[in-house]
Amino acid sequence: MRFELTPRTTVSPVARALAPVAAFITAFLIAGVVIWLMGRSPIAAFDVYVLQPLSDPWSLQELLVKATPLMLIAIGLSYCFRANLWNIGAEGQYVIGAVFGGWLALRTHGTDAGAWVLPAMLLLGIIGGALYGLIPAFLKIRFGVNEILTSLMLVYVAQLFLDYLSRGPWRDPKGFNFPQSVTFDPAATLPSIMEGSRIHWGAIFALVAIVITAIILGRTLFGYRLKLTGDAPRAARFAGFSSKATTMAVFAISGGLAGLAGIVEVSGQIGQLQPSISPGYGFTAITVAYLGRLNPVGILIAALVVALTFIGGESAQILLKLPLDLTQAFQGILLLCVLAADALVSYRIRFVTRGGGK
Amino acid sequence: MKEDVSPSGPPFVELKGISKRYGDLLANDGIDLAIAPGEIHALLGENGAGKSTLVKILYGVIEPSAGEIRWEGRPVTIGSPVEARALGLGMVFQHFSLFDEMTVAENIAVALSDEWDLAMVRSRLSEISRTYGLALDADRAVWTLSAGERQRIEIVRCLLQNPRLLILDEPTSVLTPQEAEHLFKTLDKLSAEGCSILYISHKLEEVRRLCRRATILRAGRVVATIDPRAISAREIAALMVGNEVGEIRSDAPHAPQGEVLRVNHLNMPPAGLHGVALKDINFVARAGEIVGIAGVAGNGQSELFAALSGERLADRADTVTIAGRACGTIGIDTRRRLSAAFVPEERLGHAAAPTHRLSENTLISHAATEVSRSGFILLNAAKRLARTIIKSFDVRTPEGDPQARKLSGGNLQKFVIGREIIRKPKLLIVDQPTWGVDAGAARLIRQALVDLAREGSAVVVVSQDLDELFEVADQMAVIHQGSLSPLKPIRAWTREAVGLEMLGVAQAQGGAHAV
Repeated sequence: MRFELTPRTTVSPVARALAPVAAFITAFLIAGVVIWLMGRSPIAAFDVYVLQPLSDPWSLQELLVKATPLMLIAIGLSYCFRANLWNIGAEGQYVIGAVFGGWLALRTHGTDAGAWVLPAMLLLGIIGGALYGLIPAFLKIRFGVNEILTSLMLVYVAQLFLDYLSRGPWRDPKGFNFPQSVTFDPAATLPSIMEGSRIHWGAIFALVAIVITAIILGRTLFGYRLKLTGDAPRAARFAGFSSKATTMAVFAISGGLAGLAGIVEVSGQIGQLQPSISPGYGFTAITVAYLGRLNPVGILIAALVVALTFIGGESAQILLKLPLDLTQAFQGILLLCVLAADALVSYRIRFVTRGGGK
Repeated sequence: MKEDVSPSGPPFVELKGISKRYGDLLANDGIDLAIAPGEIHALLGENGAGKSTLVKILYGVIEPSAGEIRWEGRPVTIGSPVEARALGLGMVFQHFSLFDEMTVAENIAVALSDEWDLAMVRSRLSEISRTYGLALDADRAVWTLSAGERQRIEIVRCLLQNPRLLILDEPTSVLTPQEAEHLFKTLDKLSAEGCSILYISHKLEEVRRLCRRATILRAGRVVATIDPRAISAREIAALMVGNEVGEIRSDAPHAPQGEVLRVNHLNMPPAGLHGVALKDINFVARAGEIVGIAGVAGNGQSELFAALSGERLADRADTVTIAGRACGTIGIDTRRRLSAAFVPEERLGHAAAPTHRLSENTLISHAATEVSRSGFILLNAAKRLARTIIKSFDVRTPEGDPQARKLSGGNLQKFVIGREIIRKPKLLIVDQPTWGVDAGAARLIRQALVDLAREGSAVVVVSQDLDELFEVADQMAVIHQGSLSPLKPIRAWTREAVGLEMLGVAQAQGGAHAV
């Protein structure tokens, strides 16, 4: 016996709308079984992962802090994914954005450089991420190299480069040999929105990016170009949209936004450069983009939901002694469930018994 | 003309009164066909004559609306290709279905039932390769092979299942002459062993080399069953394209005005394995006239369309001149802004995005249409334009602004042609304007093309439908293997002359050395 996927003739809009919810429930059930197999109570885990963070004001703020880079990166990725181009390397573009922007913070450290430092850092972050994103785009259009492989492999290059900088040339000489740079000056630190709040200006940037993207995708010829390239590439060429230019543009945009997320995180949250500056935001953002159906508002909601798993994961590590890897595993399960749910909305499973074709 | 050449023995396979109806279109109309054991039987006809429909019925891909298939005298229903194969039918398609990254043996194994393992495939493969002279290395990856070698895989795949009737659809279209000769030897051997072969082609020389009987289809009907060696190429061409003279419009001949399109020594390499190179194409289209380009599909029409539209760029600017501007090296947007408009052959996926609404599909020709301003989409203007097209061109839609794929072929074609005509372009280039379209829509579309030309535009119609070209064109040329015959006034063409050009035998009979 084997399975076949056959396209459904009609796709129910209700099923399409409920698919992410179904995916979520399924992912929780699978994770529950895993936790149960590890000898912990799935119900206690659900409490720690979901209920506690949502009932505590500190956690709610933290939720927005963690959702900020996810939103910025996922909104950028939505440009790529709409055009059926696969930038899997946002994590690397995020790191290079942090390196570019961080360079200026370190160069101006200890000087009384003015208010221009922070905007220039942010701009450098965008440029760094965009340039790094353009590498797989260039390799694809010039040599036909698969962008999934190159963008993914460049993540490791970026991470090791940051590792080298933090341990080598950019290490704080007075830092007791810890692999860290100096702490950024106040002029190079992204301020909080309100006094005493953990939420910084990055959240505003993310919201602005979401609004602008909603306008671009829904109202401009460029947005239509991406949709047409994704849905009917031959028609896109017929419409005069060069696929090379589209590839370069979306990789630059998604790389730029990932780079912005990187410098925002470093200057708003971490305050210095160190070997690890991300719990995998660049990869998790792929889940967020799909969970949000590549729709800007959907991504806003999905980023908040997925940020929950980061906070829950940290608490679960402390309270239930569950490894942090489980969080990443859960995010992976979630992505698979989302893709499966989407597939099942458009296709149905048919069981074919052997010899049944006769 | 019915020159009956009956086979000697009882037929092995017999089709009786096969008909297939698609809406208004009768693709097959009471077709009778009999193939004797061991016979190589040719099926000849223009594109659209109903050859593929007939073969698909025989191979169980589509169900006939009426008629009967007899296999060794016994009536059978063939519900699917699996059933066809179980009966002993093998089919070699024109386009290969092979996995490039896999080896020859793996490609054969995936197509067979589960009882076959790779070792068995390997041993049978070498046996068949030896017997039929089909040299194949079982462990080579398919992407390293030539077209001829790939076709051998397809043939071996069929032979492994011991077929008793082998169908080949235009098998030599991708082969070199040497590879083709090799194929013919294999087919002769198979035939001598008693395997019947149905050979679909429009190349006369091949059919004469291989077959003693040929069935000629035209417009879904059998027009004759003949011995291709006994009658002349001229007669066969006449049978294929029909004898009746096209209905020429009675309106007074008009004086064509200035030159709108000039194609000048246009050469272009093929785009891929199945592509055709364009060889030194020259012609001119003037305002007020329709230029028809006839030819059997796959002779360079889509390549010519891509070169004229700017989807593929030439290496010299002066190869294509539109409205006085040399634009062989500039893209489709700029050509549209020069008031040129294009309608490709493929409606879904090329002329229109299937899952997009009609209003969104107006954006495809945005370069010359008022549906955007400084990069922003004018949603209401797009919707208004879609409504106007729907109304002016009688597009029947299931709802106000449906997705393109919800429309029938004829209605979508009216929409995509309407989208271009409605802005009164100075030049319209359209590839197969009424392909697969019902009679009513076809009439409306042809009328719209004629009206556009009468209002002073130049129109280029690339079509396989000779009746259509005789009806609308003022000037016509024939494309064959990427070369274009001289452009002549429509009255100077006889159907026979067109048929000979389409078969590529015109030059041969003219005495020059033909390839």
